[in-house]
Amino acid sequence: MSLNLVIVGAGPAGLAAAWSASQSKANVILIDQYDQAGGQIWRGGANAAPKRYQHLFAQQTKLRYLNKSHVLGANDDHLFLATPNGPQQLAFDRLILANGARELFLPFPGWTLPKVLGVGGLQALVKGDLQIAGKNVVVAGSGPLLVAVASQLKQRGAIVKALVEQAPLGQLLGFGRSLAGYPSKIMQAAQSLASLRNTPFYPNTWVVAAEGNGAVQQVRLSNHHSIECDYLACGWGLIANTELAQQLGCTLKHGSVLVDRSQQTSVNHIYAAGELTGIGGEDKAIIEGQIAGFAATGNYHAASQLAHKQAQARQFSQQLATRFALRPELKQLAQANTLVCRCEDVPFEQLQTQPSWRNAKLQTRCGMGMCQGRVCSGATQYLFGWGQDSVRFPIHPVSVADLLMESI
Amino acid sequence: MKQIHISINGTRYQVAEHSNLAAVLMHNAIVNRRSVSGEPRMAVCGMGSCGECRVTINQQAHQLACLQQCSEGMEVQCEP
Repeated sequence: MSLNLVIVGAGPAGLAAAWSASQSKANVILIDQYDQAGGQIWRGGANAAPKRYQHLFAQQTKLRYLNKSHVLGANDDHLFLATPNGPQQLAFDRLILANGARELFLPFPGWTLPKVLGVGGLQALVKGDLQIAGKNVVVAGSGPLLVAVASQLKQRGAIVKALVEQAPLGQLLGFGRSLAGYPSKIMQAAQSLASLRNTPFYPNTWVVAAEGNGAVQQVRLSNHHSIECDYLACGWGLIANTELAQQLGCTLKHGSVLVDRSQQTSVNHIYAAGELTGIGGEDKAIIEGQIAGFAATGNYHAASQLAHKQAQARQFSQQLATRFALRPELKQLAQANTLVCRCEDVPFEQLQTQPSWRNAKLQTRCGMGMCQGRVCSGATQYLFGWGQDSVRFPIHPVSVADLLMESI
Repeated sequence: MKQIHISINGTRYQVAEHSNLAAVLMHNAIVNRRSVSGEPRMAVCGMGSCGECRVTINQQAHQLACLQQCSEGMEVQCEP
């Protein structure tokens, strides 16, 4: 009987894993919550991905793609899914987690106003046909995503009023120098920066408030500038989606899933690749995905061939974490009445007195709403040092009908 | 690009087929939902994590607009 390999997430890491695994006899099942494969980086379906991954979806291959499916939970050998056709249990012999990252949002006055979005958030909507031409946009927060997105927005006709990066210039220059070992990244950065040469760039600066009536109209910065805008895209870097890995018992370290050289987690038959193991972008995701796909299907020789590139990608990930480390001033942005949990509208002042994430949940309903802490757990981790102590079923909100194993 | 029609809060809109529903709502400045204290909210993360963009689609409540592509005849209802 062939090995059943399930891959969670159809972004660069998941597709690369599927490609490697497709070189073996394994039955490969790929799951994603979106309708099209590609993840955030290759949004727009497999057509936006490199050719070799597009071939995976040709009908002759043994790959099964379960789209629009959410993983609700897991045990040692089964995943529990909510699919468009109702609930489903999926057995696996090996599992590769490639379910990526989300943006880190930190609360500041006005961050809940309409048209204040994440940087990746605005990018995703623009890729989904949001008309941005002629609109005034401020891109703020931290990380290389800011430059990439600002450049893409300009190409689509947006007026990028300012690019606001919290990291000091010295650290940014250090990051630039560290790119020397990555020619493809230098090219990307050079192209993006060239397209932004007339855009005001404020390093060492951050948003202190968004203001407006019904939607954002003005942004105030730490350098005392005020800028009028139609959109504020503000994200403070990425955090890994570790909930499923935690439920499976995989060991984490500094918010990432711990893996060995073959991308194996602390649980024998479970592998992890991409942003989950440390934020590092597309190249790291592809290399780690390839290695995980080979290793999970027993092709250790092919996996070991990629060790050098894997080490490089992990070094780059380290650089990102160091050079874009968040400054302590950002902990002072939230005022007493600034909402921290935007599902349950819990203000900062109610959380300040809580000793832990668990207490905050029980006493204030922080983290108990629709997003189940996906937004505010990152913020409270940064603001108060709280960690999540357990991740329970279901990981993703689900209708009662689905839990009862009945389709509506 | 092929144009289709969807209905939002009872009003007909012409949109490009397969455009992202959260993008359409934001472009037209239509509030997706009200928070528990009554604040207007629109999409934030754009990738299915934050839940701020949830709306009722074809009578099914709590659908994330950012994970939905527009299709002909889609009926969208937002909180007033």
